[in-house]
Amino acid sequence: MTTPKALVLRSGGTNCEDETARALELGGAEADILHCDRVLEDPARLDPYQILVFAGGFSYGDDLAAGLELRTRLREKLGGHVAGGGLILGVCNGFQVLVESGIFEPDKAPEERSIALYANASNHYECRWVEIEAQDCRCPWLTAGERMPTPVAHAEGRFVVRDGAALEALRAGGQIALTYVGQGYPANPNGAVADIAGICDPTGQVLGLMPHPERNLDPWNHPAWTSLGKRSEGEGLAFYRRMVEVAASGQPVV
Amino acid sequence: MASAPTVALPDAWRVEVFRKDSFDDPDGTHAQGAIAELEVSGLERIRMGRGYLLPPDLDRGAVDRIVAGLLADPVVDEARVIEPGSEPGARDAHRILVARKPGVMDPVATTLAAAMVKAGLLASTPTVGTFRAWELSGAIDEADLATIAQRVLANVVIEQVAIGSEGLFYGKPAGRATRRRVEVPLLAADDASLERLSTEGELSLDLIEMRAIQAHYKAAGREPSLAELETIAQTWSEHCQHKTFRGLIEMDGEVIDNLLKSTIAAATHELGKDWCVSVFHDNAGIIEFDPDVDGGWDLAFKVETHNHPSAIDPYGGAGTGIGGVIRDILGVGLGAKPIANIDAFFVGPPDLPREDVPKGSMHPRRILRGVVAGVRDYGNRMGIPTISGGVWFHEGYVANPLVYAGTLGLLPRSAATKEVKPGDVILVAGGRTGRDGIHGATFSSVELSEDSETVSAGAVQIGDPITEKRLLDGLLRARDAGLYRGLTDCGAGGLSSAVGEMGAECGARVDLEQVPLKYPGLAPDEIWISEAQERMVMAVPPEDLDACIAVFAAECVEATAIGTFTDTGLLELFYEGDEVGTLQMDFLHEGTPRPTRQAEWTAPDLPDPGAPRLDDLHATLLDVLASPTISSKEWIIRQYDHEVQDMSVVKPLAGPAGVGPADGVVLKPLVESKKGAALGAGANARYGRLDPRAMTLSAIDEALRNVVCCYGDPRRTAILDNFSWGNCNKPDRLGSLVISAKACYEGAMAYGTPFISGKDSLNNEYRVGEESLAIPPTLYVSSLSIVPNVERCLTMDAKADGNLLILVGDTRPELGGSELHAHLGLDGGRVPCPDLKRAPKLFDQLHGAMKMGYLKSCHDLSEGGLAVAVAEMCLAGGLGADIDLSVIGHEPFPAGYNPTTTLLFSESPTRFLIEVEPGKKYNLQTKLMGVSCTPLGRLSRKGKLTIKDVGGAPCGAWTLDELREAFQRVGNDLGGFHGEGDSE
Repeated sequence: MTTPKALVLRSGGTNCEDETARALELGGAEADILHCDRVLEDPARLDPYQILVFAGGFSYGDDLAAGLELRTRLREKLGGHVAGGGLILGVCNGFQVLVESGIFEPDKAPEERSIALYANASNHYECRWVEIEAQDCRCPWLTAGERMPTPVAHAEGRFVVRDGAALEALRAGGQIALTYVGQGYPANPNGAVADIAGICDPTGQVLGLMPHPERNLDPWNHPAWTSLGKRSEGEGLAFYRRMVEVAASGQPVV
Repeated sequence: MASAPTVALPDAWRVEVFRKDSFDDPDGTHAQGAIAELEVSGLERIRMGRGYLLPPDLDRGAVDRIVAGLLADPVVDEARVIEPGSEPGARDAHRILVARKPGVMDPVATTLAAAMVKAGLLASTPTVGTFRAWELSGAIDEADLATIAQRVLANVVIEQVAIGSEGLFYGKPAGRATRRRVEVPLLAADDASLERLSTEGELSLDLIEMRAIQAHYKAAGREPSLAELETIAQTWSEHCQHKTFRGLIEMDGEVIDNLLKSTIAAATHELGKDWCVSVFHDNAGIIEFDPDVDGGWDLAFKVETHNHPSAIDPYGGAGTGIGGVIRDILGVGLGAKPIANIDAFFVGPPDLPREDVPKGSMHPRRILRGVVAGVRDYGNRMGIPTISGGVWFHEGYVANPLVYAGTLGLLPRSAATKEVKPGDVILVAGGRTGRDGIHGATFSSVELSEDSETVSAGAVQIGDPITEKRLLDGLLRARDAGLYRGLTDCGAGGLSSAVGEMGAECGARVDLEQVPLKYPGLAPDEIWISEAQERMVMAVPPEDLDACIAVFAAECVEATAIGTFTDTGLLELFYEGDEVGTLQMDFLHEGTPRPTRQAEWTAPDLPDPGAPRLDDLHATLLDVLASPTISSKEWIIRQYDHEVQDMSVVKPLAGPAGVGPADGVVLKPLVESKKGAALGAGANARYGRLDPRAMTLSAIDEALRNVVCCYGDPRRTAILDNFSWGNCNKPDRLGSLVISAKACYEGAMAYGTPFISGKDSLNNEYRVGEESLAIPPTLYVSSLSIVPNVERCLTMDAKADGNLLILVGDTRPELGGSELHAHLGLDGGRVPCPDLKRAPKLFDQLHGAMKMGYLKSCHDLSEGGLAVAVAEMCLAGGLGADIDLSVIGHEPFPAGYNPTTTLLFSESPTRFLIEVEPGKKYNLQTKLMGVSCTPLGRLSRKGKLTIKDVGGAPCGAWTLDELREAFQRVGNDLGGFHGEGDSE
């Protein structure tokens, strides 16, 4: 088994690239960080990598839609990455970028997109730890029923759909990947429909989620760690480790 | 009302993006909540549309592409596109348009303009405007619409409001014509003219200073230029030069030459700690963190005040406050990486009757929500966790709130020092320069008045965190590549202070036309003193210039050479080749006159109200727990990203449910090191007026307790001072400042904790008519402590039933300025003050016991005393407790002090409530030999807190739900996680 190469993409407002790269390294990958502008200048720079990660932050300060450049200039390249068996992860703002790029609904035109990440129901930024649970879905590195405590930190993370049919299509396609555990606020911190915290694309190779598993790598990250007894690592590390293992196995068969 | 009916329809494409009716409108819901607090009627629904103005020469197809690509989401938004020069279609609603005044910084417009170019939609950067369109339905009269606009929807200091009119400004602000040297006739001026020159020019220089300047120019035989005079005013401002602290003071027959040097800095010097790397002379204090990783790593810490800007624009003022202190850290040494922000606010009571809000001021609720939103948006977008802080409420801050913002930075030892060499290029990097923030440094040094919000609008700066984040990315890369050797931030006074300071020892020549501008038309002196945000200045060796500029360019940051450091000892300013000012560096930096200020202090003559027997202890504890200062700040903390950078170990909210108020917080800055950095703070709004010495020592003790609680090493702790006082030209204000500064020396020496940095804000008064009111003297002490191993850190939440609760430290009859007195309406009495002989020893011993692992949790006793501390531990851990006051030994209490009341609510410092397993009790008591250490009772699963009085009889019982409800009441009202919040 070879060591997979992972690339963390950042832009001017990205602010989670360091801990995301560390999570990938601890998970067994060789990780680099690169500015999106360098990729736009030369898309071939993505070629050596099996894993691409869009890290959290504020690509346009939350003021403007974030996925335009991806949609217009890198869409084909990312499609090729997935077709070649590569994995893509988007966390928080990275998830927003992926949603706006249209990658989760590859057959739809931009104006027909049926999913979005919307202002939190509380209409303000919120940072808190929540429990999320993996669903029976296409994503090869999630195991249905497994739970993990993870912090969320965002102002616009409410997963919404155009209509009931769109939600049904996601469900039928095995695209609902992660949900918040528990009823209502604050278990579901943003008011997301069907408690959805993360989804995958139809192949399962592209995953996006609002919570930040890379902020739970060490035993002392959990907010109640002083009551939890001895733990060797944070629960978020296994999430990255399994993604790296799937990438290392070569063919993420769905 | 500030409506602007004369503004024409904009010659621009107008885009308004509203939420689709099938989705809720959170902005509208939010505003509706804030409007519900006003006395207006008839509002049924309010919605907000994000408005944009785009160049008229675009074709419709291009506009549609911009809208679809950047402005509107196809699922949740609907966009209205209105052709240039036309009215939007009629709507069945009242419309209120809110737009930035021309010239006020608009970060969204800047981002949008750049994004349009980057996405290939336009070839060159266009003029773009933004606004908010509010649509209100219901029968609302004109007056109520105006009230809603002014109180909730807009800040008229920086924004224009149009009610029922569709005009919007589109274009660039008008400029001033003068580009040449402007002479100011000073030589022949008499005293009255000198004073008038200072006032009308917003120079904030007093007569003695104006005379000194006049004498200097008389000797030189010429008139000063405007740029020179502005430079002197900025450099000599109280904000930049701390004239009071560095001046001469006479008090009780003693003449103090430089209060800072003889007290605060003297303690640091005498303590001589070898782990202090850089103190007092740079942008921030630097201490050693871990010398064993790589070449060694240090921590830099700085806390700033941003009081006056926050009074007139809470959102922008607090945001630029945090943005400014982040740049202090970016600019310390050769640059440190910001890893944490802290904030502290002192505001008026949240339930202040609206008629008691002084003319020209905002309600404390609006101020608080605004400053919270300002810190939130700046800190979160920078990707720096805001991890610690506090809010203090007191009537004395109604017209003059205090806003403290601090940043902690991490830097390699090799970056701790810097230099400037003649011949180095002056490189400015970051945001462009505009007319924003002119006279900020001098504005911060004057009293506020009811006119402040109109006359000082120009002093308001607006922050752009994404620009600063890019600047951070570029700067740290240039640092690591070794491409510059000198560095500072552009803060108060803008380029004039930054270049003046960097070149103080050698000289500098600046070509002001080289400075990149946001819009044309700035006069040279405006360019020179503008406090436009997000700029840093570097000294770059000429051979590294191109490489340095390229590093910034790769991060989309503009970096521009604007001059050269010289060996002339002169500060020379040019505009397009014409000399517009020449100053001698030594006069600029050493020429400030040092008049002797008089100081005196008399303690208020108040009888000791004692500690009355409480008829209803049950209700009293709940009321004190629900007092705004004590109550939960969760509603604020949750809006701050306190997890980004993945370093938090002890978080601001403790316990399984995340509801406990942590004392200090701990970060783990280096992956390669188990060491931690603990942060804490001490302050009190009520002690200082009664006893400035006790207030000062209590603040230091509290700041230390905070870090000791979570396993900070008391022998590796540095502290920061931030004084906010009234007008110290008045002897009584200055007297309490002198007492406080002397107590800082006393405290630092006793605890062995050096001050490493500080800042003062000494004109916090508010003038209404003839009356000038000072804020309560407020010292904010921050602490930074090294944690030997984060795996041993402790939190304050109760952990397990059956464990003992042990009170550590002595309880004295100290209720002066206490929360109990405030609740009972009492004033006077003995102010809590640490015993400086015993306190440092107690901290050391407790730290030793923690090192042995004897403690399960630890909480310090502060406002509200033992009663509040035990309630907080219980509700944080979700456990009950049964405690008995009769076992507590204490000195005899004087007459008038009910012992039960005193033991529960005295605020004596240097006390902790700790949790210990029963089997560890004797180990602990051995380790704490010589310290009062009393087991009060046990934790239980009964879901109740019960207390027995000094006679051993039950005197109160509370369910955890009751305690929690009281603790969270004010936050739920102010924060309203399911309702309204700030209105920004």
